[in-house]
Amino acid sequence: MNLKHTLASVAIVAATLAAPFTYAADKVRIATEGAYAPFNFIDESGELKGFDVDIAKALCEKMEADCTLVAQDWDGIIPGLMARKYDAIIASMSITPERSRVVDFSDPYYSNSLIFVAPKKSKFNPEKVSGKSIGAQRATIAGQYLEDKLGSKVSVKLYDTQDNAYLDLASGRLDAIVSDQLPAYDWLRSDAGQAFEFKGEKIDIDDKIGIAVRKGDKLRQKMNKALKEILADGTYDRINAKYFPFSIY
Amino acid sequence: MNWDWTVIGQNLPKLMDGALLTLELVFFSGLIGVLLALPLALLRVSQTPWVRVFPYAYIFFFRGTPLLIQIFLVYYGASQFEWIKESALWPILREPYWCAVITFGLHTAAYIAELLRGAIQSIPRGEIEAAKVVGMNYPLMLRRIILPRAFGIMMPSYGNEVILMLKGSALASTITLLDLTGMARTIIARTYTPMEIFLSAGVIYLIISALIIGLFRLLERYFNRHQHWPSEKPKNLDPQLIDKS
Repeated sequence: MNLKHTLASVAIVAATLAAPFTYAADKVRIATEGAYAPFNFIDESGELKGFDVDIAKALCEKMEADCTLVAQDWDGIIPGLMARKYDAIIASMSITPERSRVVDFSDPYYSNSLIFVAPKKSKFNPEKVSGKSIGAQRATIAGQYLEDKLGSKVSVKLYDTQDNAYLDLASGRLDAIVSDQLPAYDWLRSDAGQAFEFKGEKIDIDDKIGIAVRKGDKLRQKMNKALKEILADGTYDRINAKYFPFSIY
Repeated sequence: MNWDWTVIGQNLPKLMDGALLTLELVFFSGLIGVLLALPLALLRVSQTPWVRVFPYAYIFFFRGTPLLIQIFLVYYGASQFEWIKESALWPILREPYWCAVITFGLHTAAYIAELLRGAIQSIPRGEIEAAKVVGMNYPLMLRRIILPRAFGIMMPSYGNEVILMLKGSALASTITLLDLTGMARTIIARTYTPMEIFLSAGVIYLIISALIIGLFRLLERYFNRHQHWPSEKPKNLDPQLIDKS
C-alpha cells in the first residue's frame, strides 16, 4: 500500500467521522404518530400522509434540511424524543404545561378544540353525563379533560389509538367519546362515521398545537423561522385547504 | 437523567390498584383455564381418533395465534356483529373485564391442556396397570391415580404457564383496562416519567412472580408428597399392604 492510498483512506475515515458533526444541523429526524387522520396517517401504500406530514415537509424545505419521518406510537412519543430517537415531533401535539416541563415547543401551527361525538339516534347530552361511559385516547388533551373534568362522574375509558375509541363507540360500549374536533370532523365525513354526530357546542380549551423538540435544542428557532415563512408565502394555506374548507390556524 | 422518587411515591397507590386487577385477571383466567383444560386433555388422550379432533383443533388455534390478536378478536371483533350485540351474551361481552378474563382463560386452557396431556401420557404404565389389577373402574382410576399423578408431574411447568399468563395479562391495557401496565401507561401519560413508573411496575411484577413461584413450590410438594415425605403413611390403608421394611 503506497502513501497516497493510505492518505486517501485516512481522509475518507476522517470525513466519515466528521460528517455527523459538520452536517448534523441538516439532518432532522421527525416523528409522527401515523394514526390520527387527517393529520397523520399511513395510506394504502404504507406511506405517512396528512396535514402534519405536509407541514413537516414544507418546514424541511424552508430549513433546507434532510428530513426523515418516522411513525411512533403516541404514548411513547415524548419518551422517544427524550431518548434521542428523533429530533422533533410533528404529530398534532397540544402545548400543555405538563409537556412543556419536559420538551420545548415551537410557535403553534394550528388550534384545536374538543367536542363530544355520539350516535345520531342517541339522546346524549353533554350537560348530563353522570353514569355514562365516555372514551378518549390515552395521553391526549381529550383524555386529560375527561379524567380531570368528568372523571368523578363518568366511567372513563382510555384507548391506545383514536381508531379503537371509534370502534368502541360504534360497538355501543361507549355512550360518547371526547375527541379533538378536527379529526372527528374528518371521521364524521367518512363512511364509518355516518351514524354519528357532534353533540353540544365545541369545548374551547385554548388548545394550541406545536412542534416539540428537546429542551434547549436550537432546532426550535429554525422551526419557528420556517413556520413564519410558510405562513407568509401561502404554503400553509394551500396545505390547510387540502384538508379543511376553513382555516385551522 | 433526573430521577424522580416523589412521582413513584405519589403514584404507588394507583399502581397497587392496577396490580390488584392484574392478580384478579390472572386468578380468574387461571381458574377458567384449569376447568377447561381438564376435559380437553382427557379428550386429547382418547384412543378414538375422532374424539381427539376437537381438542386438537382448539389447542392448535389458541397456541398458534398471538394473544393480542385473540383479545382484539373478542373485544373489537365480536362487537361488530349485530346478533352478538342483541344476544344474551352482550352484557358480559360489552365489559372489557370479562372479555379479558374469557380470552385469557381460553388461551391458557390450551396450554394447560397440552401440559396435562403430556403429564397423563408420562404416568408410568405400571401404575395404571396396577390400578386396573385392583379392579378400579375408569372414573375411580381418574380420581385416585391418573389426575393426582398428572398434576404432580405437570406442576413445575404449570407454574411456568401461570407466570407467562401474568405477563400476558399486560395486554389487558389495550382494551381500556387499568391493570398494572395500563395504570403505568396512564400515569406516564401525565407525568412523562417512563423510567420511574415502568421500573416500579416491573418490580411489582417481579414480586407477584416470586409469590406465584413460592405458591407452586408448595403445590409441587403437596402433589408429590410421596417423594418429599416418604415416611408419611397413607391413611385407611389395608394393614396387609403396608411395607414393613
